Amino acid sequence: MSIKDQVREEVTIRFAGDSGDGMQLTGSLFTNTTALQGNDLRTLPEFPAEIRAPQGTVAGVSSFQLKFGSNEVLTPGDECDVLVAMNSAALKANLSLLKKGGIIIANTAGFDKKNLSLARYPDGVNPLDDGSLDNYTLIRIDVNRLVKEALSEMDISYKDQERSKNMFVLGLLYWMYNRPMESTISFLEKKFGAKKPEIAEANVKVLKAGYFFGETTEIFSSRVTVKQADLESGTYRNITGNEAIVLGMVAAARKSNMPMFLGTYPITPASDVLHGLAKHKKFGITTFQAEDEIAAVASAIGASFGGSIGVTSSSGPGIALKGEAIGLAVMLELPLIVINVQRAGPSTGMPTKTEQADLMQAVYGRNGESPLVVVAPQSPADCFMAAFDAVRVALEHMIPVMLLSDGYIANGSEPWKFPKSNDLPQINVEFAKARSGDDLEPYKPYNRDERLVRKWAIPGTEGIEHRVGGLEKEDGTGNVSYDPDNHQKMTDIRRDKRNLVAENIPLQEIDQGTESGEVLVVGWGGTYGTIRTVVHQLRKEGMDVSHAHLRFINPFPKNFGEMLSKYDQVIVPEINDGQLVRLIRSEFMVPAKAVNKVKGRPFGVSELKEMIKAAIEEKVASES
Amino acid sequence: MSVQTVIDDFIIKNAADLDNLPEYSGKEFASDQDVRWCPGCGDYTILKQVQNAMPELGLAKKDIVFISGIGCSSRFPYYMDTFGMHSIHGRAPAIATGLKVSRSDLSVWIITGDGDSLSIGANHFAQLLRRNVNVNLLLFNNQIYGLTKGQYSPASPEGSVTKSSPYGSIDHPFNPLAFSLGANGTFVARAMDRDPKHLKEMILRSHQHNGASMLEIYQNCVVFNDGAFELFTDKKSRPTEAIYLEDGEPLIFGKDKNKGIRLDGLRPEVVELGDQFSKDDLWVHDEKDQTKAYLLSRFFEQNAAGSEEHFPRPFGVLYAEDKQTYDDGVNMQIAHAKETQGEADLDALLEGNETWEVK
Ligand code: SF4
Repeated sequence: MSIKDQVREEVTIRFAGDSGDGMQLTGSLFTNTTALQGNDLRTLPEFPAEIRAPQGTVAGVSSFQLKFGSNEVLTPGDECDVLVAMNSAALKANLSLLKKGGIIIANTAGFDKKNLSLARYPDGVNPLDDGSLDNYTLIRIDVNRLVKEALSEMDISYKDQERSKNMFVLGLLYWMYNRPMESTISFLEKKFGAKKPEIAEANVKVLKAGYFFGETTEIFSSRVTVKQADLESGTYRNITGNEAIVLGMVAAARKSNMPMFLGTYPITPASDVLHGLAKHKKFGITTFQAEDEIAAVASAIGASFGGSIGVTSSSGPGIALKGEAIGLAVMLELPLIVINVQRAGPSTGMPTKTEQADLMQAVYGRNGESPLVVVAPQSPADCFMAAFDAVRVALEHMIPVMLLSDGYIANGSEPWKFPKSNDLPQINVEFAKARSGDDLEPYKPYNRDERLVRKWAIPGTEGIEHRVGGLEKEDGTGNVSYDPDNHQKMTDIRRDKRNLVAENIPLQEIDQGTESGEVLVVGWGGTYGTIRTVVHQLRKEGMDVSHAHLRFINPFPKNFGEMLSKYDQVIVPEINDGQLVRLIRSEFMVPAKAVNKVKGRPFGVSELKEMIKAAIEEKVASES
Repeated sequence: MSVQTVIDDFIIKNAADLDNLPEYSGKEFASDQDVRWCPGCGDYTILKQVQNAMPELGLAKKDIVFISGIGCSSRFPYYMDTFGMHSIHGRAPAIATGLKVSRSDLSVWIITGDGDSLSIGANHFAQLLRRNVNVNLLLFNNQIYGLTKGQYSPASPEGSVTKSSPYGSIDHPFNPLAFSLGANGTFVARAMDRDPKHLKEMILRSHQHNGASMLEIYQNCVVFNDGAFELFTDKKSRPTEAIYLEDGEPLIFGKDKNKGIRLDGLRPEVVELGDQFSKDDLWVHDEKDQTKAYLLSRFFEQNAAGSEEHFPRPFGVLYAEDKQTYDDGVNMQIAHAKETQGEADLDALLEGNETWEVK
């Protein structure tokens, strides 16, 4: 039988196995190779919150989904074409995400009696044998045995054999999708090479065994090629959202020539921001792992008082703890960047699952009138510029800025046409000047410029010694004041100062569609790719639908209200119970419609498409 | 090129000429704000002694920062003509840590109280000491919540009848010095508002210590807890109830300096000086001895733990240890990274390890 070559526009693969099966690594390696091949792609890693979830159980399944294509790829795909199931639990947990007719690559060793029972299949039932998978293309491979054979001449422990079985599957998929193995081989050699050359050798052997298994056995009648995507020309790398935040922070520190201080406390899914920044000391970055979330933000405020870029990072529960201190930064009028990588809440919620439900917390979640700026990145790579912008606005306006990412874009990845440092804007910082002489008037730390911004007056500057604090202060002098009119004035000033940030951010643009029309879909944050794909499809179907995606939510871009007024309907999809939609309704008196889902997962394209269609019709129905 | 930030340049450009500092007086450290503590509050003397000590630090005013939390004492920074921040309840140690780590050129002082540092901020207090951040913490202990008008604090003696404990408090109080030593504090000392001379000396010692200095100051709250420390501050009872520690000197106290403390192994005992015991038999204070410092910190309960005897309360430096500071450690790591990791090349960082070209 000859093997046919097939060309496809896009493919979605889902690697699923036990947490110990190395599915995240397998997925990332496939991603890197695919990126190097020039495809556009998006990834969705999903893993259990437990570090050592019970082996073999459904709760312990870890998976990594990747969609790649020769056209624009904006989502990791609703359903996959290929499901790799390393054990029975992986199949059980993920089968519903496989397209009808899709391919299942099942490791039969993971479907023995013990594994089946751990996955809670009824006694005597094996899905590989009972005909329940007849609507799919089922490929059974005893990976464990093949790995053992591949390594039979090597003196390798059973444990290390077990550990390398993911490489077999990876090799097989490389063959199936016509990908080269070089980048993975050099990764393995670099990772184990010096210290454990025999492990590197074993892994490479198994990888190749998987590849040749595809070539020599005739279980597949065809091989698939996905051509290079027609991406904008330039140099690309692959990047996750959290990595992009780290780089955005470092870049902003360099472009302002400022030292940066990150005060933080480990929390899922934000810890990678700490891990990343902790490596970049030579760029003038200090990271401080504080005793708790409050000390984390407080230390950042202390650093900011001293003239560093103060940054703190966390997720929703941590942000709740930081609330009082963020209010202090609002009151002190110091720059502060608060990174919130959102996860499903409330309370501890679902730490490894995504959600967009901290928007109200960001905008309003402090005592008193406490205005700050909210910036939301829309994709993994976009985290870079969003982080950079967050720092820029904080420094230029002496104000706290909340960067609202989420677990989906934090862990997901995509190709990134990274900028040259010379192409990034310079950020200008000016400190208050020293004064000397006898009989100086007391320094006025709360004098402001026309943007209502005060000077950054840092200790060590002669003649401007002054006190700041969380008590209400008199404008100008900064002296404690309980004067009723002054409190009104200061409250107004802090609000207006925040609103004036709108002068320093781009106008809102229509991402896709027309300047006016029947329906405008407004999104924010990580839903970008899905909404863009859905709107594209709806427009193709002839519907009058446009899409605008907000990056600055607080304040809104200056033209946003007017933009909303030009459509008959405004629809706001969010991974929450309706937050931006409420802000829009209350701010612009627009009867915006909410489209919501809170399942700890992003919207699927077809799901969102149906929801948006239903929302549009509902309106029509209620009007008639 | 290694990164030289605007703050590095700022520090070099603004470095004070320490040999030609202006001749400050204590008064010049008073800000233009009216001091608003209750008349007779112990805070006044402490403020005065801090202001008096400042000219002796050998620092320019612009390089001194006071950071406080919340409470009566935390109004303190407003009254100092230095840089200052009146922050939020309990968090001053964390704010000071961020400031000191990023600006090791500054002299950073934390002003806090027993509510601020032993209750809501007790964690930050302990962490500051264990990390050994090179700052000075002045703990104004009045054993009561003053600002919120008279509830018992974690330092109030058991049985304290206050607004929130009308039947007497049930809490066992904190022993702040034992707590500090337990947190591996590297400088642990005690002073009182009513002995200004000794207080000023202790403030200067706190400054001289390289590391986190914890100075507990007994402070009388005339309104809600008047006379809490009378036993130690009253001229009549002080000689028998308080003992002043001097490094290298024997532990002697009493009206006529006629009593001393002797160590029988690790068991302290009060002895009369005279026929049976002389000075040479007494425990000689060694600020570097952590075990003995701990014993001294236990002279706290009416009768020290495990003993029938009643001991005088120690004042002075119980413990002082030279240990690498946290801020030095952080800055050494950064300097090392700058030296050894080659150029801070932003473009190389953005590029990462694997790239591909799209034509
Ligand atoms: S309430 Fe007590 S501690 Fe507070 S200012 Fe008055 S006397 Fe001083």
